[in-house]
Amino acid sequence: MISRLLPIGVFLLLGILLAVGLKIADQKTELPSPLIGKPMPEFTLPLLDREEVIVDSAALIGKPFLVNFWASWCVTCRVEHPVIEELAKAGVLRIVGMNFRDEPDDAKAWLQRFGNPYDMIISDRDGRTSIDFGVYAAPESFLVDASGTIVFKQLGALTPEVIEQEILPRIGMQGSVTR
Amino acid sequence: MNALTKTTAILALLVLTGATALAQEPPVFDSPEQEARFAELTTELRCTVCQNQNLADSDAPLAQDLRQEIYEMITAGRSDEEIKTFLVERYGDFVLYRPPMQGNTLALWAVPVVLLFGGAVAVFFVVRNRNRKLAEQRQEGTG
Repeated sequence: MISRLLPIGVFLLLGILLAVGLKIADQKTELPSPLIGKPMPEFTLPLLDREEVIVDSAALIGKPFLVNFWASWCVTCRVEHPVIEELAKAGVLRIVGMNFRDEPDDAKAWLQRFGNPYDMIISDRDGRTSIDFGVYAAPESFLVDASGTIVFKQLGALTPEVIEQEILPRIGMQGSVTR
Repeated sequence: MNALTKTTAILALLVLTGATALAQEPPVFDSPEQEARFAELTTELRCTVCQNQNLADSDAPLAQDLRQEIYEMITAGRSDEEIKTFLVERYGDFVLYRPPMQGNTLALWAVPVVLLFGGAVAVFFVVRNRNRKLAEQRQEGTG
């Protein structure tokens, strides 16, 4: 009796494993970042609009800020743009734009067209710093706390929900900044 | 189109295709040993954008950049371990096609061994049962 039921049991078990696996694969194509809980990677890079000004990453640390990797070739960045504008209007934290692997002229034209919500834009033209941040898509955003530690990473576009549920609580704020 | 413009066009085409061929040429190393290490590392490391391709096969811009990083680290004399650590620190264990043996990957490594062992035990019992039944049948036949 048991030996008859065993194959059916094994089959059912495999079926459940398959179903769970498919479900997980469906939601989890995102990779967890190994950088969460670690100090933000260091960099010294020029500003996009004033190349003679070199920004040292250490100088940014002190208050929480958001590092937003974007580029003019990134379509999703356009979708995200109004959300960043709303966040900027609320003025709850500094937003540092990291323009990466982009032509400065294209980037400037993009800002002219869609508006510039950033407190400063750093130019990572060859993408070295984006590699240090483990960026593999665009946009990606990193929330850095007052001590310079990365506390949250958003892969893909920021949404009002992500800001409300993930970002604001981590900088000690409640509620919503976006409508 | 006169003959001159035709020749120019053909020449331009040749130059252009030549340039793209050059762009895909493998980088130049100091020694064959370094080149072998580059080949091995780029096949062992996953391209995070394309997820199911390794760095050697992928043409994604990120893969190109990472190949460049690896090239520079090799020529700068960094070890394979240092290069892998560099990538894991940034992109996580996912970049390694051969996951390391550690706490959170224990199940990954243990399951095949457990399954193999379980299979062996199952085969042992099935064979023993069958032998017993055959022996019984033989006894019935002779008895």
